[in-house]
Amino acid sequence: MAWRQWTPRQWWILGGYAVATAVLFAAPLFVSDFRLNLLAKFLAFAIVALGLDLIWGYTGILSLGHGIFFGLGAYAMAMYLKLEASGGKLPDFMSWSGLKELPLFWKLFEPFGAAVALGLLIPALLALGLGFFTFRNRIRGVYFTILTQALVIIVTTLLVGQQAFTGGTNGVTGYSTLLGYSLASPDTKRVLYWVTAAALLGVFLFCRFLTGSRFGKVLRAIRDGENRVRFIGYNPALYQTVIFTVSAGIAGLAGMLFVLHVGIISPSMLGIVPSIEMVLWVAIGGRGTLIGAALGAILMNWAKSEFSTAYPEGWLFFMGALFVIVVVFLPKGVAGLFQSPPPWLNPGKLLDRVRNGGSGTRGGPLLRLLRKKDNGKSIQSVRRQAE
Amino acid sequence: MSQNEILQCRDVTVEFDGFKAVQGMNLDLHKGELRFLIGPNGAGKTTMLDVICGKVKPSSGRVTFGEKVDITKKPEHQIAEMGIGRKFQAPSIFSSMTVLENLEIAMRQKRSVAATLFARLSSEAKDRLHHQLDMIGLGDKSGHRAGGLSHGEKQWLEIGMMLLQEPEVLLLDEPVAGMTDKETDKTGELLHEIALKRSVVVVEHDMEFVRNFASKVTVMHEGKLLKEGSMEDVQGDERVAEVYLGKRRDDYASRSTA
Ligand SMILES: Nc1ncnc2c1ncn2[C@@H]1O[C@H](COP(=O)(O)OP(=O)(O)OP(=O)(O)O)[C@@H](O)[C@H]1O
Ligand SMILES: [Mg+2]
Repeated sequence: MAWRQWTPRQWWILGGYAVATAVLFAAPLFVSDFRLNLLAKFLAFAIVALGLDLIWGYTGILSLGHGIFFGLGAYAMAMYLKLEASGGKLPDFMSWSGLKELPLFWKLFEPFGAAVALGLLIPALLALGLGFFTFRNRIRGVYFTILTQALVIIVTTLLVGQQAFTGGTNGVTGYSTLLGYSLASPDTKRVLYWVTAAALLGVFLFCRFLTGSRFGKVLRAIRDGENRVRFIGYNPALYQTVIFTVSAGIAGLAGMLFVLHVGIISPSMLGIVPSIEMVLWVAIGGRGTLIGAALGAILMNWAKSEFSTAYPEGWLFFMGALFVIVVVFLPKGVAGLFQSPPPWLNPGKLLDRVRNGGSGTRGGPLLRLLRKKDNGKSIQSVRRQAE
Repeated sequence: MSQNEILQCRDVTVEFDGFKAVQGMNLDLHKGELRFLIGPNGAGKTTMLDVICGKVKPSSGRVTFGEKVDITKKPEHQIAEMGIGRKFQAPSIFSSMTVLENLEIAMRQKRSVAATLFARLSSEAKDRLHHQLDMIGLGDKSGHRAGGLSHGEKQWLEIGMMLLQEPEVLLLDEPVAGMTDKETDKTGELLHEIALKRSVVVVEHDMEFVRNFASKVTVMHEGKLLKEGSMEDVQGDERVAEVYLGKRRDDYASRSTA
């Protein structure tokens, strides 16, 4: 068996994951209901972050439109919940807007199973359509990113403008039950927390499978050199479209879970700012590592909820500053520190570096900076020997 | 048009905004042939390779491969799948991936999403990868990040990737440019070995290097075919001396007066 040949490092990593999973599932036992609800929301964000990491971290395509995929999932669940809460009557905001009858497309979201399926399919299909036309025509880089922003503007404008069908700026809120269970009850909340934790674990393992497969290697190859991939015989557009679709579906799933914990979805929760924030979680946590993206989302949101109540103004500055620091010093995010720890975190390696004059090739600018210093030292020692 | 022909370029013309980089160029390649494509800077050599591998679409002309299929209309990845491999002038490997991973995805295999999702590295494939690693002299660097290799090693890695791709026709653009003498020798050996099994077109500036091979040489100048023949024929040709070797003499002259 392969595990017999595992290195201590691999055992440590496995142990770390096991502890993290245990803590994740045991959280309801030692966290207040209020905090548990917050944590559940953060876990939903971690799920989007994983999806975003697949397309950005692994494939090198920056989407600033994931708020929309997340939001469409959220609206699908919200519509189901609203219909259940209205108990066969017309949802309140529709009658306020003068609608007499439930619009046809709302009826699709009446059965729970259909709402869940649509919450996954609508974002996925939208991404499939957008991806098909852009990637096939080799639109990428900044141009692709701008297109995703345009998508955000189009969808939010539609949601705000079609008040009678979407609840407008207020969004969709006022739910009571899910499959007959009261959403307000702590028991339901706890179960929903576990459902979210299980979804996070499932998505994590799924992403692991994807990134560990040869498919994942092709994605990384596309990030490194799309043209080269083409001349090997792969069709990059196909791979890009597939991963963008998967990533959007994951965001939709996260949106559905989010609504269950938060009890409201409105256009402001899926607009440009939330879409950018999602990218920041991944950047700060560490793009190109799944655990970095997930932890980035959880910790950044936890910090946000702590800070922004105390200093609502300061938070944005703090996040901006953190982003700049990470981009400049830690291009692989905080998780990158652990992948190739800088010498100041590992005295043994530091000594080694000094002795060998820094022959390593890994690491970010910070590492290289330190290595330059090492080189200086080794030159000095060579001189000393020569004397 | 013998049975033995694998690649046939007929009257290929390439225009960039009205400028004709290649004009009515013909190039035929036999199975198992090693061909050198030489010519002064800007002669259109790279552009010619670009046409064959589908990177550039010619404004007129045909390129047929194998069973008389015109490939100028096909997308690059399909041309690659059909069996035309391309190595670019600058080494282009996947720098964040390991040497072994680079070889693994290049290896001949089904290229669909479904196939790569469930692909497993069989022990047979592993043997092939390691054999290739040894052949390109990177046997002890399989786990290294490809971006950290030296220039020469990157070039070999790329050649190794191309070989695992198992193309019938291999297009190499200046494979020894920027290499040390030792690296150049090693690349020469590799090339001899490669040419045993497949048809190869090599664009090269280094005449010393070309002389090591008893192969047919095609000379291009200003987008056109100037001369085709053995190295002696080519070197004895007046026009070639004028445009190509003559230019070199000028270079020497200007350098010595400077
Ligand atoms: N994409 C392009 N757009 C415009 N002009 C181009 C383009 N690619 C090549 N050219 C021009 O076409 C001509 C032929 O270029 P090409 O790169 O094929 O020459 P080459 O024989 O490979 O030269 P070298 O020995 O310098 O590599 C040159 O004049 C070049 O400037
Ligand atoms: Mg060239």
